[in-house]
Amino acid sequence: MRLIGKEEVENIAIGAALLGTGGGGDPYIGKMMAIQAIEKYGPIRLLDITELADDDVVVPSAMMGAPTVMVEKIPSGEEALVSFKALEQVLNKEIKATMPIEAGGVNSLLPLALAARMGLPVVDGDGMGRAFPELQMVTFYLNGVSTTPMVLSDEKGNSMVINTVNGEWAEKIARSATMVMGGSVMNAIYPMTGRQVKDASIYNTLTLEEKIGRTIKEAKAGKRNPVDDVLQMLGGFKLFTGKITDIERQTDGGFVRGTAIIEGLDKNKGEHCYLAFQNENLLAKTDTDVLCMTPDLITVLDTETGLPITTEGLRYGARGTVIGIPADEKWRTQKGIDIAGPRYFGYDYDFTPVETLQAKGGNK
Amino acid sequence: MMTYRIGIDVGGTNTDGVLLDREMNVIHSLKTPTTTDVETGIYHAVHQLMKASHIDKEDIAFAMLGTTQCTNAIVERKKLNKVAVIRIGAPAGMAIMPLTGVPEDLRSILDNHTYIVEGGHEFNGDVISALNETELKDIAEDLKGKVDSIAITSIFSPVNKDHESRAEEIFRDVMGDDIAVSLSSEVGSIGLLERENATILNAAIIDVAKTTADGFEKALMNNGIAAKVFFCQNDGTLMSKAYTLKYPILTVACGPTNSLRGASFLTDNKDAIIVDVGGTTTDIGVLVKGFPRQSSIAVELGGVRTNFRMPDINAIGLGGGTIIRIDGDSFKIGPDSVGHRLQEEALVFGGTTLTATDVAVGLGVVKLGNPEKVSHVDKNLFAAIYGRMVEMVEEAIDKIKTSATDAPVILVGGGSVLLPEQIQGASYVLRPENGGVANAIGSAISQISGEIEKIYSISKDNRQEILDKAKQLALTETIEAGADSNKVEIVDMESIPLAYLPGNATRVKVKAAGDLALG
Repeated sequence: MRLIGKEEVENIAIGAALLGTGGGGDPYIGKMMAIQAIEKYGPIRLLDITELADDDVVVPSAMMGAPTVMVEKIPSGEEALVSFKALEQVLNKEIKATMPIEAGGVNSLLPLALAARMGLPVVDGDGMGRAFPELQMVTFYLNGVSTTPMVLSDEKGNSMVINTVNGEWAEKIARSATMVMGGSVMNAIYPMTGRQVKDASIYNTLTLEEKIGRTIKEAKAGKRNPVDDVLQMLGGFKLFTGKITDIERQTDGGFVRGTAIIEGLDKNKGEHCYLAFQNENLLAKTDTDVLCMTPDLITVLDTETGLPITTEGLRYGARGTVIGIPADEKWRTQKGIDIAGPRYFGYDYDFTPVETLQAKGGNK
Repeated sequence: MMTYRIGIDVGGTNTDGVLLDREMNVIHSLKTPTTTDVETGIYHAVHQLMKASHIDKEDIAFAMLGTTQCTNAIVERKKLNKVAVIRIGAPAGMAIMPLTGVPEDLRSILDNHTYIVEGGHEFNGDVISALNETELKDIAEDLKGKVDSIAITSIFSPVNKDHESRAEEIFRDVMGDDIAVSLSSEVGSIGLLERENATILNAAIIDVAKTTADGFEKALMNNGIAAKVFFCQNDGTLMSKAYTLKYPILTVACGPTNSLRGASFLTDNKDAIIVDVGGTTTDIGVLVKGFPRQSSIAVELGGVRTNFRMPDINAIGLGGGTIIRIDGDSFKIGPDSVGHRLQEEALVFGGTTLTATDVAVGLGVVKLGNPEKVSHVDKNLFAAIYGRMVEMVEEAIDKIKTSATDAPVILVGGGSVLLPEQIQGASYVLRPENGGVANAIGSAISQISGEIEKIYSISKDNRQEILDKAKQLALTETIEAGADSNKVEIVDMESIPLAYLPGNATRVKVKAAGDLALG
C-alpha cells in the first residue's frame, strides 16, 4: 500500500491519455475531480492486487456516456457514491476497494476521485490495460466475471440497478438509460471478490501510468526525446513517424469511425500510414504492411512533446509518431481476440502480435 | 454626403491609424507612439489623420478601435473589478469548484464570493433542476456593496440560456441596474470550466473596458468627431460600445485578428496564410473566407484555461532581432531576440550582436544598415543559417494548413523583408503596400457577425432541414446586430457528432457576417 497525492495524479493523467489509444475521453475532468477530492479528503491509498484478501468485495467504477457532455455537465461527485451504496444493498456486503475498469482516458482518474471521497483504497490494476469502447471488452468478462448486478447513477440522485443475461445486454440497456439520465453517468460494475480480481485483472496499470507521466516529464526536463524514453520504458515499437495529412470521420450509432492518413517523415519519407479508429485507434498499416492491430495498443504521440494526441485532436499538419505496445497476454487469447480483435471491429485481418509484425520488416 | 471611417490599433509600441473612404480606399495611414493613458496616443493619431487628409470632420461616420488594454489588465492582474462567481447547475458541477486550476495570485483576487446554485440544463435542453430563485435573491442581498460585477455560468447555457437570463434579472432587481452582469452563454461554447473562467475574467475587466472605451470617444470628441464607434472582436467582427462594456473579453485577441484581416483586404485574398514577421516572433495565421480560423483547443490567457473565440495563431521564435549564436560549424537560432533594440544591437547597425537581420543582409537578401559589417563572415555558414530560418517558417506554415495543397502566403510586418520570394507550400507570395499598418486597416474594415451553437439530434432525413434552420438563425442574429441585410452570408459552419452517445446528437455551430449597414 502507498499513498497517492496530487503530483501522482498529474502523472497518472498523462499516462491515462497514452493508454487511452486515442479515445477514452480527455482525462482533464477526472484529474481535476481527483485533485479536488484529495484536497478535501486527503490522499488516496493505492493497494497492490496481491494485498487483497480472497473474499474482499471489490467494485470497479467508471463513467458512461459522452465525454463531451461530461466537460459541460461536471459530476456532483456523489454519483459514484450513490452507485456504491445501492450495490452494497444488492450484494448485502461491504465494498472494500474500488478500481478502474479502463486504464485509458478519463476512466483511470474517476475511481481515484471516488476513493478519496469515500475513503476507500484503489486497487492498482484495471480490466483493459488500455481503452475500449464497450462494456464487455474487459478482461473481467474474459474470465467469466458477470457484468451485473451493475448500478448507474446520475448527479440528480437517480440510480438504477441492472441485471442482465450477459455483457452485451448490459451494454445495450445501460447505454439507452445513460441517454435518458442526461448523457453522462457513473456506474458501479463487475462486482468481484479479491480472488476474481487477482485472476482477471491487468496488474499495476495505475503505477504504469504514473511512470509514463513521469518519464515524459523527466525527458522534457532533461531535454531528451520523450518518445524514445517512453518506448524504452514500455517495451513498445515506433511504428511510423510523419504528419497528419487527412482525416475522415463519420458517426455511426454513437461511435465516431474514421481514418487518419499520415505522410511519412524522416525514416518513413515517401510512405503513408493509415490509422483506422472507432473512438480508439484500432489498426495501423502502410500501403504494403500492417503495422499493429487491436487489441495491441496504438497511440499517436506528438513527435516533439511526446504527449498523446486523441483521435478528436488529430488534425492536418500535426507531427505525430505512431507507437505500438503489446497488449496484455489476456487479450491475446482466442476469447480476447474474438471480443476485441480486428474482426470484431470489421477489419478483415487475423490478429498478429505487433512484435511479430515488426520482426517481419515493418520495423525500420 | 461622403462617409469615411477611421481605424485605430493600439499596440504595445505604436498606435496605428488609417482613414478609409466609403469604398474602403486607404486615404491616409500613420504610426504614432502609444501613450501610457492610451487616450492621448489615439488623440494624436486621429488629429494627424485629419490634418493630413483634409476631410470634413462631419464626414467621419464610423470609428473602430482595436486594443489590447483588457489583455494587459488580465496578464498584469491590475485594475480588476470586484467579482462574484455564480455557477448554476447543482447538484451537477459540485465535483470541481469554480476557479480550480487558476493561478493562485489571480484566484485570490477573484475567488472571494463564489456560489453554486441549483438549476441548469441537460445537453438536449431539458432542465437538470429548477432554478433556485430564492437562493439567488439571498445571494444578491448578501453581495450588495461587496462586489460591482457578477459572472453567471449555467450548465449547458450554450444550448439553453434561460437560467442565466433569469438570474441576471434577479441580480438587477436586487442590486440595481449599475451592477455589471456577465453571462457565459454570450462568452464561450461548450466546456463548463473554460467558459466559466472566460466569463469570470470578463467580469473582472469591465472597468478597464469602460476607461478604454470612454477614452476612445473622448479622443474623437476632442478632435471634433462625432462618429459612431465600434470595437474589434477576436473573430474579426465588430461590437457596439454598449456590448463591449458588457463583454470586453471578446476583444482580447483582436490584434492578430486585425493583422490577418488587414493583410487579406490589402491583397484582396480571402483564403490565405498570413505570415506576420515582427522583431521577436513570427505569427502565422490562416484566413478562411476572409476570417481567421479559430483555435479548436482551449486557449490560455494569463495562465487561465478558457475556450472563447480566439484566432489560431502559430507563433515561432524568429524575427528580425532574433539572436544567432555560432559555435564552430554549428549554430543556434534564437529563441531570444534583441527586440526593439535592433537599430542599436545588430551588426549592420554598428552593434555587437549577430541577428537574423544581419544574416539576411550578409547574403544580400535585403539592403539595410552597413553590409560591410558582415562581409567578413563565412558565406556557406550564413547560407546554412538562412536556409534553416526559411525552413522554420515553412514548417510553421505547413503546420497551420488544413490541407496539403499549396496556398497563397501574404507577408506583413517589419521583418517580412527577410523572407525570400519563394516559400515552400506557397502557391504564390504577396507583400502588400501598407503592410505595416495591416492591424489598423483590419480594424477599420471589420464586419458585423452573429453566431449560434446548439446540439441537435440529426438523422439522414432531417439533416438538411436542421442545418437550414441553424443557418437562418445565424443570419437573423447578424442582421439584428447591425449588418446590411443584403450583404450577410454564412462564413463558417461545422457539425460535430458527440462520441459515445447514440441518437446522433450533433453539435452545430454556424456563423454569419456582413458589412456594416451604412444607413
